[in-house]
Amino acid sequence: MTHLAKRLQIGGGWPTSRFMHEPILDICGLEKTYKGGVQALKGVDLTIRRGEIFALLGPNGAGKTTLIGAVCGLVNPTGGTIAAFGEDIRRHWKRARQKIGLVPQELSFDMFDKVIRQVRYSRGMFGLPPDEARIEEVLRSLSLWDKRDAQIRELSGGMKRRVMIAKALSHDPELLFLDEPTAGVDVELRRDMWRQIDALRARGVTIILTTHYIEEAEEMADRVGVINKGQILLVDDKDAIMAKLGRTEAHFMLASPVADVPAVLSSYPLHLEEEGRRLVYRGGDGTGKGKREVAELAQIMAREGIVFTGLDTRDSTLEDIFVDLVEGKLENAA
Amino acid sequence: MTLNLRGAFAIFRNELMRMFRTAFGSILSPVITTSLYLVVFGAAIGGRMELPGGVGYGAFIVPGLLMLTLLTESTSNASFGIYMPKFTGAIYELLSAPVGVAETLIGFVGAAAVKSLILAAVILGTAALIIDYQIAHPLLAFFYILLVSATFSLLGFIIGLWATGFEKLQIIPLLVLMPLTFLGGTFYSIDLLPEPWRTVALFNPVVYLVNGLRWTFLGQSDFPIALSLGATMAFLLACVAVIGWIFNSGWRLRE
Ligand SMILES: Nc1ncnc2c1ncn2[C@@H]1O[C@H](COP(=O)(O)OP(=O)(O)OP(=O)(O)O)[C@@H](O)[C@H]1O
Ligand SMILES: [Mg+2]
Repeated sequence: MTHLAKRLQIGGGWPTSRFMHEPILDICGLEKTYKGGVQALKGVDLTIRRGEIFALLGPNGAGKTTLIGAVCGLVNPTGGTIAAFGEDIRRHWKRARQKIGLVPQELSFDMFDKVIRQVRYSRGMFGLPPDEARIEEVLRSLSLWDKRDAQIRELSGGMKRRVMIAKALSHDPELLFLDEPTAGVDVELRRDMWRQIDALRARGVTIILTTHYIEEAEEMADRVGVINKGQILLVDDKDAIMAKLGRTEAHFMLASPVADVPAVLSSYPLHLEEEGRRLVYRGGDGTGKGKREVAELAQIMAREGIVFTGLDTRDSTLEDIFVDLVEGKLENAA
Repeated sequence: MTLNLRGAFAIFRNELMRMFRTAFGSILSPVITTSLYLVVFGAAIGGRMELPGGVGYGAFIVPGLLMLTLLTESTSNASFGIYMPKFTGAIYELLSAPVGVAETLIGFVGAAAVKSLILAAVILGTAALIIDYQIAHPLLAFFYILLVSATFSLLGFIIGLWATGFEKLQIIPLLVLMPLTFLGGTFYSIDLLPEPWRTVALFNPVVYLVNGLRWTFLGQSDFPIALSLGATMAFLLACVAVIGWIFNSGWRLRE
């Protein structure tokens, strides 16, 4: 990991610690109503800390791309303010954009151009002098160096996505937006992408990514925001979300059905399913309490002679929490 | 707000490279078309005609044909240049980069104008092989060609922004510019037109462009050069104003 980080050399050298507490991005009451009347953002407030990896989770049409577009200059907001690096991005748009990188959701570039030329082009467009060594570094870190002279259309989809990333990294952004960076990418490439993101984090790059793979947010993010229908439902540290909303579920398949939950087990959150053949535990939090209680239950049941023929346990993932949130089941919890 | 010169140059160079990827077709085809006109109208038919003032017909139509090519090529090159990234989605990068109107114009319009200049040089060189002509005011001719290339590249840029489909890119060059240029005195002096057509022709703006270029070649034309220059520059400023408005409002660029 460390040598990867070294190879990536992103935005190297600024004194990260000095700015640690100043938000790198501060979005206030952001609204966007498209011409057709679709209200894609309904007063979004969001603060991103320097150096963090922030995952924006939301179903299709939640407004993730619109939110990113508003910060990056692709979408004209209809209300609210955005400050990046402590400055209003409408007033100081050139300075802000200089330090922001964007990898959009769709693959979009001149397919007939060569890989290395497109990356050089991006660097130049952001006003930086040519730096072949840096371009090589970026291409190598994304395993694109061997393909540098290939026409982009000849590359596989995953490779094309890497070219998009290489373009976005070519000007050493301090704030990087990845709009579904791993959509349509196979498992191996996805893990590889996570390593890239880790290496960027090591360089102090702040990353905001959107994803449908909750696994990805769980794996990568420091903080998670859930957005639905243009509103942020929840923003918190990933671990805190898990602790607050995480659940363990265990199914004990009983050898002989029972009519009621046995009295010795009454202090646990249990209920019966399938006409008393299945004893279901649903409880705990994201800290492992659930697992402990299930282990206790198993011991008590063995001691009391309550025979079970099978046991299934499952910890709720961020995905379950996310689904519950979006379906409105957890509105109070948030 | 400082100008991002490096950014402007990066766009400019990228555009030129993109154009030269297809240089063979995009330079060769207008050169061949123009050469054919020159051979048929200039050398074959025009060889037997002489215009008032002792100008050969071939030499008379060289600036007219050059103008025809400049107008259509500048317009379609620039419109294609900005339409392509809109079409592929690559425009996202332009919109998210620290480049504004000035950088974008230098890049896209500059590249289209330079390509037109190269095209003009090739056409004039080819024409010299077919027809005997002189350029009375070379410096002024160069300046005028540059001005027209830039102006119509700007127009093309606007068309490219406006276009929502490939067919729209061709509408203005084919349905407006081409006919106006043909009727605008490419092949004849409007003084030869009978009334009321002569008066109608005065409302065709391309008449002034063709005659402006003709003046720099022949030292004479239907109008004073100042009128042609003034009209062209006014059009250029109008295009710049429209583009400025487009960027400010984000029309067809930003959602
Ligand atoms: N250009 C547009 N014009 C009109 N409506 C739009 C436009 N772009 C997006 N929308 C609408 O705005 C809403 C939010 O879209 P957005 O693309 O931001 O969602 P998203 O969260 O990125 O979705 P996905 O996960 O599918 O990428 C949707 O209802 C969408 O239909
Ligand atoms: Mg999206």
